[in-house]
Amino acid sequence: MTTMTGPPRADGFRIGKLLTDTRYRSYTFQAIAVVLLIVFFGWLVSNAIRNPVLQQSGIDFGFLSEPAGYEISQQPIPYTPQSSHLRAAVIGAINTLIVALLACVTATVLGVIAGILRLSNNWVIRKLMSVYVEIFRNIPVLIWILIFMTLSVNVFPPPSAFRGDDPDATPVLGLMAVTNRGIYFPRPYFTNGIGQVPDAPAADGDDTAPEAQEVASSANWLIVLAVLAGSFFAVRAVNNWATVRQNATGLRPTTWWMTLALWVVPLALTLFLLGLRWDVPELRGFNFQGGILARNSLIALWFALSVYTGAFIAENVRAGILAISSGQTEAAAALGLRPRRIMGLVVLPQALRIIIPPLISQYLNITKNTSLAIVVGYMDLTATLGGITLNQTGRALECILLLMAFYLTFSLVISAVMNAYNASVALKER
Amino acid sequence: MKTSVLFGTLAFAGLAAAGASAATLDDVKARGKLNCGVNTGLAGFAEPDASGEWRGFDVAICRAVAAAILGDPSAVNFVSTTGKTRFTSLASGEIDVLARNTTWTFSRDADLKFDFVGVNYYDGQGFIVPKSLGVTSATELDGATVCIQTGTTTELNLADYFRVNDMSLEPVPIETEAEARTQFLAGACDAYTTDRSGLAAVRVAYPNPDDYVILPETISKEPLGPLVRHGDTEWGDIIRWTYYALVAAEEYGITKDNVEELAAAPGDNPEVNRILGTEGELGAMLGLDSDWAKNAIAVNGNYGEIFADNLGENTQIDLARGLNALYTEGGLQYAPPFR
Repeated sequence: MTTMTGPPRADGFRIGKLLTDTRYRSYTFQAIAVVLLIVFFGWLVSNAIRNPVLQQSGIDFGFLSEPAGYEISQQPIPYTPQSSHLRAAVIGAINTLIVALLACVTATVLGVIAGILRLSNNWVIRKLMSVYVEIFRNIPVLIWILIFMTLSVNVFPPPSAFRGDDPDATPVLGLMAVTNRGIYFPRPYFTNGIGQVPDAPAADGDDTAPEAQEVASSANWLIVLAVLAGSFFAVRAVNNWATVRQNATGLRPTTWWMTLALWVVPLALTLFLLGLRWDVPELRGFNFQGGILARNSLIALWFALSVYTGAFIAENVRAGILAISSGQTEAAAALGLRPRRIMGLVVLPQALRIIIPPLISQYLNITKNTSLAIVVGYMDLTATLGGITLNQTGRALECILLLMAFYLTFSLVISAVMNAYNASVALKER
Repeated sequence: MKTSVLFGTLAFAGLAAAGASAATLDDVKARGKLNCGVNTGLAGFAEPDASGEWRGFDVAICRAVAAAILGDPSAVNFVSTTGKTRFTSLASGEIDVLARNTTWTFSRDADLKFDFVGVNYYDGQGFIVPKSLGVTSATELDGATVCIQTGTTTELNLADYFRVNDMSLEPVPIETEAEARTQFLAGACDAYTTDRSGLAAVRVAYPNPDDYVILPETISKEPLGPLVRHGDTEWGDIIRWTYYALVAAEEYGITKDNVEELAAAPGDNPEVNRILGTEGELGAMLGLDSDWAKNAIAVNGNYGEIFADNLGENTQIDLARGLNALYTEGGLQYAPPFR
């Protein structure tokens, strides 16, 4: 088929051609669109300038250095009400990151498992997973957050139930207290190590009770991390060695005991040398004291975001797997691979290329959905900077601008990281 | 990326810019309705009743103002506002007046640029705890988990109080009264703190009010009153003097029942005559009809009647007049002269 456009005749330019001539028409419409866009933004700007709120107080970020004056429950870094609004905002940002990262990890695990099981040959499992996906993705996440919070508040016992000689509730294994304010875990700490010299022994000379002596532990945690990293590389080396042997002899040497030893022995030795102790939560006064508290606001938010987004990820995973031609599975089966290895070695690596791009969107959704935290009183960035600070200072425009800048930056970072990962698993064309 | 930031910001600013012109009175008259910001639901202060009619102490102020300006106490759009949204609503012109248990503070007046026209309720912040907790004083609350409404002055007072008394605190911020109720009744917080009048109001709504006790300490001054935007002083005057008319009416014995009779003809008391418009031109000075105050008082009666109907000892909330009695009875309610 041929198209009959022909060479343009040299009969000059007429104004009517802006609409009738295909060569100019697109320019005309683009110009109109640009003009409309400029007018629209101009209207917004002039509206903002005439805004009575803005006219009264102007834009001024000075409030960030003033004392915040309010308490924050979950403080990943030290904070008092005398700290600045900026510090309160930073704490909020860290809290946002904490719940976003936790939820991204668990949502991925849940989603991958549910997505694979939705394709199971077992009818019951398959249908159960369909029910999970359909229930969780068809009810707004806000409702799920409220449901989980209300459940945790009303189902678990208050700390007062742990009191008395014959309490209604007891800590799990004597270590972990599950209350309607959150879960109190034992907290590990070190009694010797680097960083800070422990206080002098008690005056009565009783140095047989070292557990009360705590030293600054961040340096110690770095040591632990370094040891774990060492174990990781050692295990990798063992695996590589096993692969080389397998390629050479056809037999893979048994390595599980080496792997186990490489993980456990150095870690146990390090922790022993550093003097690891556990700070077990104890009921004193109104609350459990000591240990680590995972507040039920965090747990409810984390859990709700995980199961909600997990349902979406499950569908992405299922779609990714279904997109791999069944010939691949059959070919792998013909080679004698068992179903689990077919999934792990043949199907999933190819499916990842299809799964990752929509997965990025789901991670971004989780991050943005964390801003619902205030409904359960979790102090994220929207609750501190966009909530209390905004309200106490009245600096709405400034706070919203900062909020937008944060969420935008964080989302773009997630996008960049995930896109880089996507590029690494994408089909390499050579 | 840059454009999306700009776009979002401007869209936000654009939304906030609607309304809010200087002559609020003209706007209200043209609209035929007063937009009044009230609580989302607090027994005694602002709560819709079984038939959906808003009732309460703050609501009565809105109705009195509507009656004074428009002659019709039902010409009010009630806009429910949370602790967080109330100031934006007022600043943006979505509401003409905010009557929502709002504490008069320096920074709200000077920095947020609002005018508090008076104090219709002198309050202070207190704590409510379950009796079973065995606490008799707020100074015993060291280490307690406290539910607190976010976006209020109580949040700052609480932090100050615990710091001054060298106590530690686990705050549970909540958005609405309903959430506070869930958490507090389940024991997820040991104590709930807000204005004492609010505590009295929520306590009666608990399943077993007698199991809860309001601690004796009052940890702050909370003068609550209606407020308007800076910059329209004529409008502020109307709210202020409507409110004072209610207070003066109690002082001079003008009630819901006798206001029509007193306004029919000039009586012996020249102050009463001036308030009710049978003598002088006070209404015209505000840009209102001469019977503005009569209309305002006729809606729910004078200040004392409004208090008794919504908060007083014959209601469930059972609050004593205390600081809110007239100055002649040892309280702080005092109306300047009408002349």
